[in-house]
Amino acid sequence: MLRDITIGQYFPGDSVIHRLDPRFKLIITFIYIIMLFAGDRFICLGVGAVFTLIAIFLSRIPLKMFVKSVKPLLPFLLITAILNLFFVTSGDILFKWKFIKITDEAVSISIFMFVRIMLLIMGSSLLTYTTSPITLTDAIERLLSPLKKIKVPVHELAMMMSIALRFIPTLIEETDKIMSAQKARGAEIDSGSFMTRAKNMISILVPLFISSFRRADELATAMECRCYRGGEGRTRLRQLKSAPRDYIALAIAIVFWVINIIIG
Amino acid sequence: MKNIIEIENLHFSYPADEGEKPVEVLKGINLEIKEGEFMAVLGHNGSGKSTLAKHINGILIPTSGTVTVDGISTADEEKIFDLRCRAGMVFQNPDNQIVSSVVEEDVAFALENLGVPYEEMRKRVDNALKDVNMYDYRHHSPAQLSGGQKQRIAIAGIIAMKPKCIILDEPTAMLDPQGRKEVMAVIRRMNREHGITIVLITHYMDEAAQCDRVVVMDKGNIILDDTPRAVFSHVEQVKEIGLDVPQATELAWELRKAGYDVPQDIITEDECAEAIKRLFERE
Repeated sequence: MLRDITIGQYFPGDSVIHRLDPRFKLIITFIYIIMLFAGDRFICLGVGAVFTLIAIFLSRIPLKMFVKSVKPLLPFLLITAILNLFFVTSGDILFKWKFIKITDEAVSISIFMFVRIMLLIMGSSLLTYTTSPITLTDAIERLLSPLKKIKVPVHELAMMMSIALRFIPTLIEETDKIMSAQKARGAEIDSGSFMTRAKNMISILVPLFISSFRRADELATAMECRCYRGGEGRTRLRQLKSAPRDYIALAIAIVFWVINIIIG
Repeated sequence: MKNIIEIENLHFSYPADEGEKPVEVLKGINLEIKEGEFMAVLGHNGSGKSTLAKHINGILIPTSGTVTVDGISTADEEKIFDLRCRAGMVFQNPDNQIVSSVVEEDVAFALENLGVPYEEMRKRVDNALKDVNMYDYRHHSPAQLSGGQKQRIAIAGIIAMKPKCIILDEPTAMLDPQGRKEVMAVIRRMNREHGITIVLITHYMDEAAQCDRVVVMDKGNIILDDTPRAVFSHVEQVKEIGLDVPQATELAWELRKAGYDVPQDIITEDECAEAIKRLFERE
């Protein structure tokens, strides 16, 4: 059951979007986010939506995967929309009942916010769907590397992230094993009230925690044995090379951004 | 042949908590290992064999005495990375020594740390992967591999450093029989074809029987140090410290006890079968 969890939800593929340099993809996503938040007219979102749809089409990942990505956040989105609906008081009143007033501006702001956040989620999903987590970590490390000058531990953070990614499957497997072991001893993990189930989780989390510390200790020793001494003077096997298509993609993103500013 | 590892009067105790007396784990070990040797270290749990292994590449520093690898003392902090390139170490649990989520990047980890330039690194990683027969899996995630395959990746990560010797701390203890076979085959090939000195810590007697030399440890001391044939002929002494002898040796030993005339130095199944065949012919 735990095997279904895949953090980052990467869909391997060979599309143009997949092949883009991850650093450029990150920058483009960043521009995209600015684009969504800069304008406050519907037409600005329209530009964003066109951009997203083209990118999704190019990635050859089915649209329904993107609908799926929005789903878990839907309740949150709806609550935000409803709050906006009731608490925005400017504009002409469309509907009035006792103390509840709904204005035309409230309706448009609610819809606007809803669409904006949805586009945001879809855009960032496109990034994680088409970029493997480890590549993404690598790109973050390289993009942030200028921050090393002001003593931000960029390499250390990236190393932590990549080790965390590496250990997700291992720890999931281990959790499965511990669950089976505890079930074999009569622990009720899948049944009982919410409180009993929560309590029974302790019998899984404690061994998992202890074994993680043991793993951390062994991994640290193994890393030392392989001469690990921080980011200083490290070379990399993974070479990131930017191709013309990366610059073209960036140029397209900037064009969209400019259009957005002009009409916004 | 030149000695690659020299251990002289090595004592070691783990630092104790306040008020407690430190427990001495190694009590005066003297050991010389020649270049190209394939040596096994046997011993019961708590005999100090893993502690000894950790001294060879400077993870632990002797309380007293010296450990020298290829002329470098393990206590020399300035040369610690030099030392670790010469003496690589493979651990028991393959999961806990793989750093990256891509096989080839894990093999490159040590080289990345050492700052090896890209072209050279690419070559060494590919060669190391071919040496352990895992080249086809270079883009896989370790999570998709079996225990034996993961352990071979861990070995490739060490081979890529081009070490002169490799210390393996029970590398097959967590593997299934198929994985054990694969890993042992890789280790043997590294020794024969590349002349890498191997120190294999194990508690599988059949693995020890494949080595050139077997050192048996008990309670922090070396009690036997000889060829596998000679070591396993001391059946009673080996059993006394809680170890087994290879099954073939045990059978031959029981037959001798029962008064049959079989040679004392049998370690392989073939030799045992041959001896029994001769017994029948004589009857």
